[in-house]
Amino acid sequence: MSTIALHDEHNHDHADHGHHKETLISKYIFSMDHKMIAKQFLITGIIMAVIAMGLSILFRIQLAWPDKNFPFLETFLGKWAEGGRIKSDFYLALVTIHGTIMVFFVLTAGLSGTFSNLLIPLQIGARDMASPFLNMLSYWFFFMACVVMMSSFFIQTGPASGGWTVYPPLSALPTAIPGSGLGMTLWLISMVMFVASSLMGGINYVSTILNMRTKGMDLWKMPLTIWAFFLTAILGILSFPVLVAGVVLLVFDRSFGTSFYLSDIVMGTTILPNEGGSPILWQHLFWFLGHPEVYIVIMPALGISSEVISVNSRKPIFGYHAMVYSLIGITVLSFIVWGHHMFVTGMNPLLGGVFMITTLIIAVPSAVKTFNYLATLWRGNIRFTPAMLFAIGLVSFFISGGLTGIFLGNASLDINLHDTYFVVAHFHLVMGSAAIFGMLAGVYHWYPKMFGKMMNAKLGYLHFWLTFISAYLVFFPLHFLGLDGVPRRYYAFTEFEFMKKWLTVNIFVTWAAILAALAQVAFLFNFFYSIFKGKVAPQNPWESNTLEWTAPVEHLHGNWPGEIPTVYRWPYDYSKPGHDADFIPQTVPFSQTMSSNLPHDFEGNAEAEKIQQDWELANPVVENKG
Amino acid sequence: MSLRKFITNKTTAALAVLLTVFANTSAFAQDAAAAAAPKVDMGEVYKSVIFYILVFLAVCLFIAIVGKALKVYELSREAQGKDGGINWNRVNSSLFALFLVLGLYGVYWEYTVHGSMLLPDAASIHGKRIDDMFNLTLIITTIVFIATHILLFGFSYIYKYSAKRKAYYYPHNNTIEKIWTIVPALVLTVLVLMGFLTWRSIFFKVEDPNHKPLQIEVTSEQFKWSIRYPGADGVVGHKNYKLTTASNTLGIDFSDLKSRDDLMADEMVIPVNKPVKLILNSKDVIHSFYMPHFRVQLNTVPGMQTIFEFTPTKTTAQMQEETNDPNFKFLFYCAKICGAGHYNMQKDVRVVSEKEYEEWLAKQKTYLNDDLRKQFNLPVAPAPVKSVSDSTAKDSAAVKTNQMALNK
Repeated sequence: MSTIALHDEHNHDHADHGHHKETLISKYIFSMDHKMIAKQFLITGIIMAVIAMGLSILFRIQLAWPDKNFPFLETFLGKWAEGGRIKSDFYLALVTIHGTIMVFFVLTAGLSGTFSNLLIPLQIGARDMASPFLNMLSYWFFFMACVVMMSSFFIQTGPASGGWTVYPPLSALPTAIPGSGLGMTLWLISMVMFVASSLMGGINYVSTILNMRTKGMDLWKMPLTIWAFFLTAILGILSFPVLVAGVVLLVFDRSFGTSFYLSDIVMGTTILPNEGGSPILWQHLFWFLGHPEVYIVIMPALGISSEVISVNSRKPIFGYHAMVYSLIGITVLSFIVWGHHMFVTGMNPLLGGVFMITTLIIAVPSAVKTFNYLATLWRGNIRFTPAMLFAIGLVSFFISGGLTGIFLGNASLDINLHDTYFVVAHFHLVMGSAAIFGMLAGVYHWYPKMFGKMMNAKLGYLHFWLTFISAYLVFFPLHFLGLDGVPRRYYAFTEFEFMKKWLTVNIFVTWAAILAALAQVAFLFNFFYSIFKGKVAPQNPWESNTLEWTAPVEHLHGNWPGEIPTVYRWPYDYSKPGHDADFIPQTVPFSQTMSSNLPHDFEGNAEAEKIQQDWELANPVVENKG
Repeated sequence: MSLRKFITNKTTAALAVLLTVFANTSAFAQDAAAAAAPKVDMGEVYKSVIFYILVFLAVCLFIAIVGKALKVYELSREAQGKDGGINWNRVNSSLFALFLVLGLYGVYWEYTVHGSMLLPDAASIHGKRIDDMFNLTLIITTIVFIATHILLFGFSYIYKYSAKRKAYYYPHNNTIEKIWTIVPALVLTVLVLMGFLTWRSIFFKVEDPNHKPLQIEVTSEQFKWSIRYPGADGVVGHKNYKLTTASNTLGIDFSDLKSRDDLMADEMVIPVNKPVKLILNSKDVIHSFYMPHFRVQLNTVPGMQTIFEFTPTKTTAQMQEETNDPNFKFLFYCAKICGAGHYNMQKDVRVVSEKEYEEWLAKQKTYLNDDLRKQFNLPVAPAPVKSVSDSTAKDSAAVKTNQMALNK
C-alpha cells in the first residue's frame, strides 16, 4: 500500500522531468539520487556510531571496575565475558573494532559520505553527481563493509584484535591472538570493500566539483565546505590505494605463506619459516594512508564548521583565501608526516628528525584556521542554533587536541608519550570529538535540507551541553595518565602498583562516558522523531547565502525545477553594509544590490566598476544604515 | 504518511527480530563449553538492570515534562502578546561564559591535582633534556590554550544575537593574517630546532672507545622479557632464531665465543652514571620496551635489532628518598599492543652503585648450561684453554676472558 502512495507523490512531483517510474526499492534502497544516498550514508553512519559507542562503554566498564562481575555482559557476550567479566583478548577486540568503526565507518564514510553527497551537487549547482550509479555502488560497498565487519562478532574466534592499526606480526599470526584468525580475514575483506567505496565516492566528488559547477560558480566562489570536500576527496584518492596495497600483502602473508612483513619469528618454540620481511614495512604503508586519513576525517568537519560559524555569526568567514590555502597546505603536508607515528618503532632515527620538522610545520595552517574562526566570531551577531553550538565546540576541541599534538609531533617528547593515554586523549579530542562535533553541526544545520523538517532546538541544546561537558570530562584527565606513563590498550591497571592511583580517575571517566552516551539518546530521539513529526522546514531556515537553500524543500530528482540558478557572488556576504537584510544569497546579482557593492567585489572588471561609480554619484549616501 | 506506517509497523518488527537474533547468536554461536559454565543467579542482575533502565526513563520523562512546560510558557507569552519566552541566545551565551569560568578552574584543578601524580623527574641524562623541553612546550601551549579559549567563549558571550545590531562586515585583513601565520611558525621553529637537536643527541652518539657503554640485550616475547648481560668480554654474542629450542629459548648461538659467557638475569641491574646500550629485539610480535622513569622507549621488532643508549643518573635508593616512597622501584614494561597478556608484561630495574653492580653481576648464571654444551658439542666439564681456542678463536684475548667465564 505504501509503495503506491509514494509512487503517486513522486510522479506528481516530477512529472515534468520525465524520469522513469520509481518504486520503493529504487527510491529508498538502490537509489541513485545524491540526496537519498547522503541519507543512507548518514543513517548507516549513525547506526555504526551507536554500535562503536556501545563497544567503548563495554571496555570503559572493564577499565573502571576491573575486579567486579557484570553478569548481564555474559548474557550478551557469552564466553567472551565468562562470569560477567570481559576477557583480555576480547577487550582488545573491543578496542580494535571501536577504533576501526569510528575512524573509517563513522568519521570517513558517515561524515564525508553524507555531506559530500548532499552538499556537493546542491552547493555548486548540479542536478546530481557526475556518476550517480558509481555513487550508489559506493554506498553499497560501504554497507557491505559494515556488514562484514560486524559479522566478525558472530564467529567463534571473535573479531580482529590487533588494534585498529593491525600491526603484523600480531595481526598475521592466529597463534599470537585468537582475533587474528578468521576475524582478521573479515577485517581485511571489509577494509578492501571500504576502500573501494571511498575511491568511488572520491572520484565522483572530484569530478563533480571540477566539471559540474553552475554558471558563475568559479572555484573562488565555492563555499568552504566544497573546498574541504574537494581536498578531502583528493587526499582519499591518493592515499587509500596504498592501504589496499598493504592489505593485499598482508592477505598474502596470512594466507599464502609469503614474507612481506614477517621474518625471524619464533612462537614459543615453533620456528616460523618466514624470512626477509619487515614489520616496519606495514607501518609505512598503513600510515601513508593512516595519517592523511585523520585529515580526511577532520577537513570536512572544518569545512562544515566554517560554513556554520559564518552563517550563524552573520559575518563573512574571516580570510576566505587563507582558509582555502591552509586547507591546501594541510592536504599537501599530510602526505609527508606519516613517520611521526613511527618515531620509536625502530625506523631510522634520521627519518624521525625529518618527520618531526614536517609534522610541526602542519601546525601552522591549523593555527591559521583557528585564528580565522576566532576572528569570524569577533563582532559577529551570533545566533546559537544547535549547529552553531557544535561548531564552537569543534573549535574548542580542535584547539585543545591540536596543542597536545605539538608534544607528540616532537620526536624527543614522543619517546616517553608514545602509545600512552596521552595519545588517546590527544586524538580523541582533535579528531574524535572535533570531527564528531563537525558531523553533528552538519546534521543540525542541514537536517531541514535532508528531511524537509526542523529538529527540536531545545533538545539540541541539551544534547550539545551534555556531550560537550562529558567529552572534556572523559578526555582531559586521560592526558595525565599518559604523562604518568600508563600505556594504552591495557586490559586492567591492576598489575602495576603505580597505576592503582588512577583507578578512581578511571571510574570517573567511565561515568562521564556513560553520561556522554546517554546524551546521544537526546540526539537519536530528536533525529528520528523529527523525520516524521518535526515542524516543516521553511525554504531558508538559517537565512543562509549558499545555493542549496534556493532548492525547493520537497526533494526532487534534479534538485531545481526549471533552470539551475546562476551564481554572481561569493557565499559569505553576511551583514554587508548598505544592504537591508543581513545576508545576500549567491544568486543575487550585483545589479540588485547597488547600495552595498564594494569596489573589491568586481575583481578589477573596469566596466562594472564604472557602472557602480556612476550609480553612487547618482545616489549619494544619506544615512548609514549599519 | 503511508511511509510512516510502513516504517513503524514493519521496521519495528524487523528491528525486534534483529535484536533478538543478535543477542541470541552472539551468545549461542560460541563454544558449547560456555554452556557448562556455572550458573549465576540472574534474578538480582535483572533487577539492577531494570532499576537503572527505570531511572533513565524517569530522567527522560522529567526532561520531556520540562520541555513541555517550556513550550507552554512560550506559547502563553506569545498569546499574551509579549515577545517570545526565553531568549535562548542569551541562555547559551551565558552558559559559554559559565563554561569558560568553570573550565578554567577545572584546568587549574587538573594541573595541580592530577599534575602532581605524574612521573618523577627524569633519572637519566637525556631525560632531563626531554623534561626541559616538555616544560617549555607545556608553558607555550598552556598560554595559547587559555588565551584562545578566553577569546572563543568570550566572543560567544559578548557577541550574542541582537535584532538591533548588525555584525561587522570584515572579510579579511592580510596584515593580521600574516602575523598569525608567522608567529606560530617562529615559535614552532624554535620547538623544532630544540627537538631536533635533542633527538640527535639521543640517537646519534659518538662512542668513546675508552668508555664503552655497558651492553644489555633485552628480548621480548609473549608475555615476558629476557635479559642478557654480556659477561666478561663486554659483548653479547650472536643469536640465531633458528637455533631456538625449549632449552635455548633465545636461540643463542654458542658456537660464537662471545655468547658463551653471556649471563641471564631476572631483573635489570645497572650501575649509576654509566652509559647503558640497550640492544632490543623480539621473538614473536612487536612489543615496546618502555622505561618511563628514564624517558626510554623503543619498539622491539622481530627480525631486527633496535638500539637505545642512555645514562642513568639516580640510584633506586636515591629515588626512594626523593619520592618519599620506600617501595619505589624503576621498571620497564610493554607499551605496544601484543596480545592478551599485554597489560602485564613487566620487569624490575635496579640502579645501584658500581660496586653493588659488580657484586650482583658475579652472582648471575650463564645461559650456557650442561644441556646446551651437549647440544653444541662443547665439552661438558670445564675444558683446558687450548682445546677450544684451537678450533675457532681468532682473538686470543677474547677467548681467554671467555674461558674464564666458562670456568666459573
